Amino acid sequence: MTNSVAEIKDADAIFITGSNTTESHPVIGAKVKQAIKRGAKLVVADPREIELAKYADVFLQIKPGTSLALNNALAHVILEEGLEDRDYIESTTEDFEKFAIKVKEYTPEKAAEICGVSPEDIRKAARIYAEAGKASILYCMGITQHHNGTETVMSLSNLALMTGNIGKENAGINPLRGQNNVQGACDMGALPNVLTGYQPVANPQVIEKFEKAWGVKLNNKPGITIPEAMHGAEHGDIKVLYVFGENPMVSDPDTNHVKKALEKTFLIVQDLFLTETAELADVVLPAAAFAEKDGTFVNTERRVQRVRKAVDAPGEAKADWLIFMELMNVLGYSKKYKNAEEIFNEIREVTPQYVGISYARIEEVGIQWPCPTEEHPGTKFLHVGKPARGAGLFMAVDFAPSSEMNKADYPLTLTTGRNLYQYHTTTMTGKTDAINKKAGECYIEISPSLAANLKVEDGEMVKVISPRGEIKTKARVTDIVADNVVFIPFHYADGANVLTNGEELDKYVKIPGLKVTGVKIEKLA
Amino acid sequence: MINLKINGFEVQVEEGTTILQAASKVGVKIPTFCHDPRLVPHGTCRICVVEVEGGRNLPTACTTPVYEGMNIQTESKEVVQTRREILDLVLANHPLDCLTCEKSGRCTLQDLCYQYDIKETTYVGERKDFEVDESNPFYYNDQNKCILCGKCVYVCSQLQGTEAIGFAERGFPTHIATPFNQGLEQSTCVSCGNCVSVCPVGALMPKSKEKFRYWETKTVRTTCSYCGVGCQMDLVVKDDKVVGVDPAMGASNEGLLCVKGKFAYNFVNHPSRLTTPLVRKDGKLVETSWDEAYEVIANKINETKETVGADAIAAFSSARALTEDNYLMQKLMRAVVGTNNIDHCARL
Ligand code: SF4
Ligand code: SF4
Ligand code: SF4
Repeated sequence: MTNSVAEIKDADAIFITGSNTTESHPVIGAKVKQAIKRGAKLVVADPREIELAKYADVFLQIKPGTSLALNNALAHVILEEGLEDRDYIESTTEDFEKFAIKVKEYTPEKAAEICGVSPEDIRKAARIYAEAGKASILYCMGITQHHNGTETVMSLSNLALMTGNIGKENAGINPLRGQNNVQGACDMGALPNVLTGYQPVANPQVIEKFEKAWGVKLNNKPGITIPEAMHGAEHGDIKVLYVFGENPMVSDPDTNHVKKALEKTFLIVQDLFLTETAELADVVLPAAAFAEKDGTFVNTERRVQRVRKAVDAPGEAKADWLIFMELMNVLGYSKKYKNAEEIFNEIREVTPQYVGISYARIEEVGIQWPCPTEEHPGTKFLHVGKPARGAGLFMAVDFAPSSEMNKADYPLTLTTGRNLYQYHTTTMTGKTDAINKKAGECYIEISPSLAANLKVEDGEMVKVISPRGEIKTKARVTDIVADNVVFIPFHYADGANVLTNGEELDKYVKIPGLKVTGVKIEKLA
Repeated sequence: MINLKINGFEVQVEEGTTILQAASKVGVKIPTFCHDPRLVPHGTCRICVVEVEGGRNLPTACTTPVYEGMNIQTESKEVVQTRREILDLVLANHPLDCLTCEKSGRCTLQDLCYQYDIKETTYVGERKDFEVDESNPFYYNDQNKCILCGKCVYVCSQLQGTEAIGFAERGFPTHIATPFNQGLEQSTCVSCGNCVSVCPVGALMPKSKEKFRYWETKTVRTTCSYCGVGCQMDLVVKDDKVVGVDPAMGASNEGLLCVKGKFAYNFVNHPSRLTTPLVRKDGKLVETSWDEAYEVIANKINETKETVGADAIAAFSSARALTEDNYLMQKLMRAVVGTNNIDHCARL
């Protein structure tokens, strides 16, 4: 997030897109409602009529995968009606002209056609966003998990730039991080192309710095992403795969392909439970849960916060960092750490954004990076004055539909997401009986008219088929989805990801297009 | 700035400060049932009354702003008398089953009755007799214990924004319920438990699997392990077991949690946790020692490095694990194994 969670409640307008906030980030959802009570205007764009749609001044029920066209049309209206922030554009941005020419093509009428909404609603939404003093954009996987996810994010950042909603309080462009420590994992360089603090592997100075810090020679060839590694494993190029605290058998697209890949490689799994993935492993290592170890998580607003040990880990289970350290030692690297704090202090030495953060400083309240010195209070919102790269770059981007759309044999569009009760692959939440009482099994949301066409009643089992596979699941008849759109939460094994496409990746960051899958449904006899 | 006196102490506070806030600034504790700093003050319970020199009646400290020269007594004879009357009246309608009540040890009513020496009520007459609403799987609502402080209703409407519960009926039968009394399970309640966390008595209570007394527990401040909001919470621990979760006033959550953070903690002490390393032998996963597990992994890594190269090895790190865990995993892969093939599920 460019801004902080607590700032949301004082925004003048909020544009929520591709985020079912009240279910996926419930406490942020509560802040949005607090903002509405204070008089903030709300625009929601989502394929489903999510809870916050009921609170929205404008709700745009777009077809899955069409956000980019919508965002370009919003920009079109803003320019057409002269609602842009000329001063900000002139003083702090680049490439505005190219962008302005591009969005000229995206009339509300054209976008309305692509997205399946009314042009007048697009105009209204654009006015609400652009006329607000402080407008905040909240988005999530509904924006990023597409074949054109990166470009869709660019189309959102264009909106923030053209209205000067960057670098000020209560505004910004705010991706909501789905997992407790995605931010921390990214910050730590658990990514194939960057080391900690986003220092590129391809930069020789960075490599030199880390070679010195760690006392070893380093490989300077950027690594491969999860989808590429899966592919590699399936084709015999990846011989050893070490999966730590993940359950790709449920969370990754195209389960059948994932299974083949995992069976072929030497698989190490480190987890709390014998997950669907661990069952396929050659070695399984028992890990400690969050309540059993000291350390930090970094939340979606870049705040480094303490995690504290409350109970002992069961049996011989160990803190993950201890397992990695011992394995390093066995492999001949003799560095030892006494505790997580020692590791954190090493992180500070090599990560510019973290230099000023120490366990002592975050004992009571976490600190938001960047925090360059011990005197620095941390950074509540980013890009003050000028965006971090020097100038905000407008990106002229074009809409292209996913290859999963408009397939004659698979006429329905499946989209996926979370429900309120379960978390990710249910490995943790599914251990609480009351959670399972509320949301214990997979289901598919289908509209009443689709249900009528298929002669399916609420609660009946249906077969859902895509080119990758088929599943049987329960129909939940609801008008929150449009007639040709269906929704399956991705939490459950042998569920949504049996159907999704693991091959169509975003060309920049290799995110699979999980949010759009062509499917068909059959009633079970 | 405004100058005033509380129990004889000189205090200086900003204009608009309430008596309650001014008192807490100098460490004078005024009891409350219905107060919550995040809510619009409403003065419903009246237990926070204080005496102001020259005033005709006793104002509630939570709603009354201070003025220049104010002279306040928070435990005067008259104040104590009034508080005892309020407690007497509350007890007229409260079961005295502290022996078995799960809230015991953490109940504001119990604490104040002890402080003001109220053993039982002097009133006789009709008693509340509500059926306990057990329909929600996470918590129950026992209105026989409710003292009508209103906190749950206002937290649900003002902070959580769900408006699932409200005051039902007027006068004696007033109670907290969902619209049309259809029960929590049929209501719009999202089981966030934020009402449960603020209830000062044993009316809204988590359905805990464990039996415990609060004095047997300790709390440990930590960060929620589910979504990226990073809510701050206190784990309630008894005998090496997590038995409950309370919200803490963190920067992002400001005292709120959702159903996952509040109630989905049973995985921690779950019997199906992995407790030893396992290796595959003859097609089956069997228990092994750490030493053997490390050896099997190290041999495989070394062999692969020698025969095909380090780039034939890849690792997926975890967005659910510690920052420190993630750092060491990428260091293991880069500095020791020798590849940049490390990624995690940010994309999934
Ligand atoms: S659990 Fe949450 S939603 Fe339900 S009544 Fe309580 S505060 Fe309201
Ligand atoms: S249920 Fe608890 S919080 Fe709600 S009004 Fe009664 S005593 Fe107060
Ligand atoms: S309590 Fe809920 S909203 Fe808060 S971090 Fe945990 S999962 Fe997210």
